[in-house]
Amino acid sequence: MANITLVEAVSLALAYELENDKDVVVLGEDVGINGGVFRATAGLAQKFGEDRVIDTPLAEAMIAGLTIGMATQGMRPVAEAQFMGFIYPMIEQIVCHAARFRNRTRGRLTCPLVIRAPFGGGIHAPEHHSESVEAIFAHIPGIRVVIPSSPSRAYGLLLAAIRDPDPVLFLEPKRIYRVNKEEVIDDGEELPLDMCFELREGTDITLVSWGSMVKETLEAADKLAQQGISAEVIDVATVSPIDMDTILESVKKTGRCVIIQEAAKHCSVISEIAANLAEDGLYSLMAPVKRVTGYDVIMPLFKLEKNTCLQ
Amino acid sequence: MATVASFNVEYIQYLSPTGELVGDKIPAIAKDYEQIKSLYEIMVMTRVFDAKAISLQRTGKLGTYASSLGHEAVHVGIGSAMKYEDVFAPMYREYGVQFCRGVKMSEVLLYWGGDERGSNFSGPPHDFPWCVPIATQNTHAAGAALSFKLRKEPRCAVTVIGDGGSSKGDFLEAINAASAFTLPLVMVIVNNGWAISVPRKKQSSGQTLAQKGIAGGLPSIQVDGNDLFAVHNEVKVALQRARDGKGATVIEAITYRLSDHTTADDASRYRPDEEVENAKKFEPILRLRQYLMNNNQWSVQQENKLMEDCARKVEAAVKEYQNAPKPPVTDMFDYMFAKLPHDLAAQRKFAKELDNNG
Repeated sequence: MANITLVEAVSLALAYELENDKDVVVLGEDVGINGGVFRATAGLAQKFGEDRVIDTPLAEAMIAGLTIGMATQGMRPVAEAQFMGFIYPMIEQIVCHAARFRNRTRGRLTCPLVIRAPFGGGIHAPEHHSESVEAIFAHIPGIRVVIPSSPSRAYGLLLAAIRDPDPVLFLEPKRIYRVNKEEVIDDGEELPLDMCFELREGTDITLVSWGSMVKETLEAADKLAQQGISAEVIDVATVSPIDMDTILESVKKTGRCVIIQEAAKHCSVISEIAANLAEDGLYSLMAPVKRVTGYDVIMPLFKLEKNTCLQ
Repeated sequence: MATVASFNVEYIQYLSPTGELVGDKIPAIAKDYEQIKSLYEIMVMTRVFDAKAISLQRTGKLGTYASSLGHEAVHVGIGSAMKYEDVFAPMYREYGVQFCRGVKMSEVLLYWGGDERGSNFSGPPHDFPWCVPIATQNTHAAGAALSFKLRKEPRCAVTVIGDGGSSKGDFLEAINAASAFTLPLVMVIVNNGWAISVPRKKQSSGQTLAQKGIAGGLPSIQVDGNDLFAVHNEVKVALQRARDGKGATVIEAITYRLSDHTTADDASRYRPDEEVENAKKFEPILRLRQYLMNNNQWSVQQENKLMEDCARKVEAAVKEYQNAPKPPVTDMFDYMFAKLPHDLAAQRKFAKELDNNG
């Protein structure tokens, strides 16, 4: 048992699966001896060898294609997209192939793969290193999009993602990679995908969030508590498919809902949750659903970063 | 000034357009008449099938179809050189390869007839289905090859790309990956002269497309893609090399697309008839039949019987295709994920009810 950060929890989960499933390989740019630019794969190449933790040539579409090819042949590759800003060359492979193989071959070939990508702003990074575009992938049928918000959920959800028989995009909020430490038991216990996590019970309002924003959401709940308002806090965790049942159940109890995301507003995950609340939760609502989001602007360079990232 | 590296691209042809052996080196297949005859039969069958598929499309009984006319030697040459345990990652017209590997004609028709079940085919279960986006299959094949290498399995991946597709990054990235990882992979560029309406010369000013493989560090050759012996033999040599752990090979097979790009295309808008007429002189089936006849291995009677057999088998395949019931509407949902998510389960129920109510 140890208190570890979110990025260390990612590393711990990768090590557990590499140790216990010979079909698991980790691949990507700089994931080998260097241990990844965020140290998410630190020590893994040294421990498991360069055949299990593979430095690839610098070509994102190729990394995704290789990962898909390996997965269809029964391996369980975990690829790293170094930053979400560099994931775009992978999109054709993810959308046209990873998401589709099971369906288009009627189950003959499957894609049990994970693509991990650090994402989001708040670390004063250069251009193209701070975007939150989970909605692009959440729109695609056939792929799960999972976002952890704490070390223990990073560990348990990544294990579940690797073991899942279908493709998972695992987005790691890099702003909170090292913000908090938490006790994580390295017992190989996974957490369920496709389910929200209720982080705090409340009766007056439901706060729904995921990824890095969960930190601010919990802080907001603390402030509300000081004002005598009891907030329920839900971490969506799997943003596609969304566990609306848990959110609707909560809103039935509280009658109010605020949804918080780092990403831009237009056509985003938050839009989907709000639309579902309008469709299925109208009679529970005592007030309009409120969306708190980034602006619909190009992610600014870091001098203006704090003006769009809620933190 | 010093030369730090130099390269050359060999062109390999064993069987001339008039059906005569050329050059000093004769590959083993050229004397194995039983194998030649069986491959000749598959080539002819592929062509008869192709004509039938086009006529089905023209009469509204099939969706858009990509013809393989003129590619029979490339396709059957590849298919016959591979082992069952190898994996094939096609584009969308390599039926000759797939027939060698056990894919049924009715399954090809199912696919182009708008039914996903065609891709759940009778060929090797590890083979990739048709790939419509250009060149993405090349990196899948590289990934499959990487898994064979990591598992120390004596298997290879074979993938194809067109002359147009050789302009794409995925093709070049696959070459690069194959080179960096020393992968058991064979990449065949099926250079048929045309990428829909864009001719080969507009894709690249390079003298060959094979040299793109050389740029990536792979041994790369050019073969006469209308010569079954050349394709079969060179793919076989490349596969053995790959199986021996020596890495990947790029083979540019020069052939000609005698058909439109697909049934949705009209090549007469951009391609002179004379060019097509001239290309017919070099087509693959004619020269192979001539070779067999020159060596007293084939007769007019055998040819007639083969044509009858092919027509019968194709008719049977068409019947099987046409008799396939419409897939259940729930199939749309049931193969999205191993376990159906909650929201999709609700949509599945709705779609089923809607379908039941007509």
